[in-house]
Amino acid sequence: MADQAGTQNAAPSPRTAVVIGGNRIPFARAGGAYAYSSNRDMLIAALDGLVARFGLQGERIGEVAAGAVLKHSRDFNLTREAVLGSALSPATPAYDLQQACATGLETVVGLSNKIKLGQIESGIAGGVDSASDAPIAVSEGLRRALLDLSRAKTTQQKIRILSKLRPRDLSPNAPGTGEPRTGLSMGEHQAITTAAWQITREAQDDLAYRSHQNLAAAFERDFFSDLMTPYRGLTRDANLRADTSLEKLATLKPVFGTGLDTPATMTAGNSTPLTDGAAVVLLGSEEYARTNNLPMLANVVDAEAAAVDFVHGEEGLLMAPVHAMPRLLERNGLTFDDFDFFEIHEAFAGTVLSSIAAWEDEDYCTRVLGLDGALGSIDRSRLNVHGSSLATGHPFAATGGRIVASLGKTLSEQGGRGLISVCAAGGQGVVAILEARN
Amino acid sequence: MADTYLNLVNSPLPARIAKALGLPRPSVLRRYTEGEVLAPHPVLVAGAGAGADALAEVLLGWDIEVRRHVLPGEALSAAVVVLDAATEPAELAAPMLELGQAVRLLVPGGRVVGVLRSVADASGPAEAAARQGIDGALRSVAHELRAGATANGIILRGEATTTDAATLAALRFFLSGRSAYVDGQFIEVSAVPTGSVTDLAAATAAAGEGVSDQPLAGKTAVVTGAARGIGAEIARVLAREGARVVAVDVPAAGEQLAAVANSVRGTALQLDITAPEAAARILDHVRERFGVLDIVVHNAGITRDKLLANMDAARWDSVIAVNIASQLRMNEQFLASDAFSDTGRIISLASTSGIAGNRGQSNYAASKAGVIGMVRAQAAGFEGTGRTINAVAPGFIETDMTARIPPLTRQVARRLSSLQQGGLPVDVAETVAFLAAAAAAGINGQVVRVCGQNLVGA
Repeated sequence: MADQAGTQNAAPSPRTAVVIGGNRIPFARAGGAYAYSSNRDMLIAALDGLVARFGLQGERIGEVAAGAVLKHSRDFNLTREAVLGSALSPATPAYDLQQACATGLETVVGLSNKIKLGQIESGIAGGVDSASDAPIAVSEGLRRALLDLSRAKTTQQKIRILSKLRPRDLSPNAPGTGEPRTGLSMGEHQAITTAAWQITREAQDDLAYRSHQNLAAAFERDFFSDLMTPYRGLTRDANLRADTSLEKLATLKPVFGTGLDTPATMTAGNSTPLTDGAAVVLLGSEEYARTNNLPMLANVVDAEAAAVDFVHGEEGLLMAPVHAMPRLLERNGLTFDDFDFFEIHEAFAGTVLSSIAAWEDEDYCTRVLGLDGALGSIDRSRLNVHGSSLATGHPFAATGGRIVASLGKTLSEQGGRGLISVCAAGGQGVVAILEARN
Repeated sequence: MADTYLNLVNSPLPARIAKALGLPRPSVLRRYTEGEVLAPHPVLVAGAGAGADALAEVLLGWDIEVRRHVLPGEALSAAVVVLDAATEPAELAAPMLELGQAVRLLVPGGRVVGVLRSVADASGPAEAAARQGIDGALRSVAHELRAGATANGIILRGEATTTDAATLAALRFFLSGRSAYVDGQFIEVSAVPTGSVTDLAAATAAAGEGVSDQPLAGKTAVVTGAARGIGAEIARVLAREGARVVAVDVPAAGEQLAAVANSVRGTALQLDITAPEAAARILDHVRERFGVLDIVVHNAGITRDKLLANMDAARWDSVIAVNIASQLRMNEQFLASDAFSDTGRIISLASTSGIAGNRGQSNYAASKAGVIGMVRAQAAGFEGTGRTINAVAPGFIETDMTARIPPLTRQVARRLSSLQQGGLPVDVAETVAFLAAAAAAGINGQVVRVCGQNLVGA
């Protein structure tokens, strides 16, 4: 199944794009500390923290790209509006991007490419999401009636339109996490994949436990002191359970896959909760960083997106990164052994473990991915070393920025190469490579 | 937090009632504003001798109308009494009595500045008595002044003259609204070895009118505890004076810290100053972004009040760790680093509690008195270099910290100073900025109280 892109070698980049630093606000559980904060509020807070960290007040940045998954229609220009509300120069252009949970990582990829091409010298990539301040839509019946009403000319016409309304039209539509084409929630989709790869409850709980342990340790050693700015009284990710244990996790009742023939293994503990938060990353050319005496944490090397046909059951909803990975590795002439750090977004523990199992499976890799053999194994001690979404929470579009900034800092401290994998709704996914500069 | 009594007593009817009842009548202080005119009215330069003459010449050069004697009925912005030539107590009479006439003519917010020589350099008992006598007389004048006027002194050490850059910098500070809440204080000025103060700084200070609006332009200043209160105000004033400010505070205060950094176009550095690597992180940040560290303001501090009988180790230790141990450790590392400027400035926040002690604050007083000890010892080490270290000791300042004092106690505390009110964070910040300037090179090892001449610890 290897396509054309997978057989080419990476074209040499005209310039290098570097990660300079990042900033995020602590992630809050939905309905928690940021219950009354809008996406715009949180994105401004993340931007202002970044501006303060690097002294960018009044500076015209080449471009700011960000997005949100749960987005009000009035926020059509969310990122530009956030820039105008921030301490950046109002002459900084911005655009919104939306690729579900891959939004944040895709903004990094897009702006890095512009930097590599010399179109911009600096960029701020990121994303924000509020599950608390989610848009609520009126029913289709009421919406149509209101639109018709606005076009009606006579009182008679207006009365006729209103008379068609029924009580059921007045109940609002809250946003769902269901896939439009299958009606299944993301968790139910993952439950099918988790079962197919025979991922045990114990393995999932163990991954969740490690995520909390790693994140707690990172806070303990102040790892986030130059990656995070507190917001609304929150100084740590609210979802972090530093005192959780495998025993406690084992007591939780499964919430997804309960209708399958196989044992249900996915609980609230090994799935990410609905979360509010924002994260941004400062990117630049080497020259920009040098001219402004800014640090260079890591190079943004390359990225690859993939999509799978989950609608007809050919592949699991969140398995697209599994397909993107071999294409990215081959283009760059690399294998898993060439990487020192792996950041695989923990949408569900099952997602991470299914992906790893797939890459280790010779039959799957040859049959489905068209490889000569298994893609390879990932050293678990190098996986999500500062915790990931199970512990931090997952404000959809903010996750990419969180991962890129944390990995960039890790690489600047410890050297080496880092691999990022983010799955997304719609059967999509993006993978990317960062590399230390020394 | 607002001083409602101060506002009340400055409106017509309550003012009359307060006067009739003999209640305190604090004035709204004259504070620095952009474009401040140092002396809109004439300034008296009293005293005989070459030092007084030379200083009068300098003031003329500042476009100030100078009087050598009081003119009956003519309002005065300030009276500068130059007594550097006094050799015995009998010589104080004429200039002090002249000052007495001038005090009656001072405008609200007027200034009295004495210039004298150090007792430590006196040639014998009579000269020492004269010099020490001036100290007592000026402090008394400060108590007597009303309507927001203050009296302070400049003590010349060794070879220092009345027209040294540092003498003039101190004089300008005392004449200005920047010293609004500094009252009854003496600042010692030493002659500076040539070459350690830049020619530019000396020239601009001497020229007066040419004094830069931004004397700290091009300098990089680190302010700890900058997220709020006095620290945030220090960041603002240093930035106003042209410095690039690195605002430091604990990660938990990051949100306010970012707001301060953005408002002064500086950078925010979230770190715990008690961490062993704190100084290294500050130095790394400054080296990478700005090259050289010019100014360090040790402002971060905490209180954990308890009577000593009820004190526990946690309260005692945390106050010592934050308020003094961290400063000692960081200074050691700054001084060992090539990133710390040859003309570096360290300004450390002490407290009047560290001078006079305070009930329930044995731990805090230990830390703040410790700061004063550290500053004096380090100053000796800096002698003959271009570096200085000084302490600023705030008295009752209107902050979140003092807002937690019970209301009645707070009201009394406010009225216990000659200015009969609490100071503002900006008063402390202005004093810090004055000590940070290049022109202040001859001011080293001083403890400048910003307390409105508080009766406590006077």
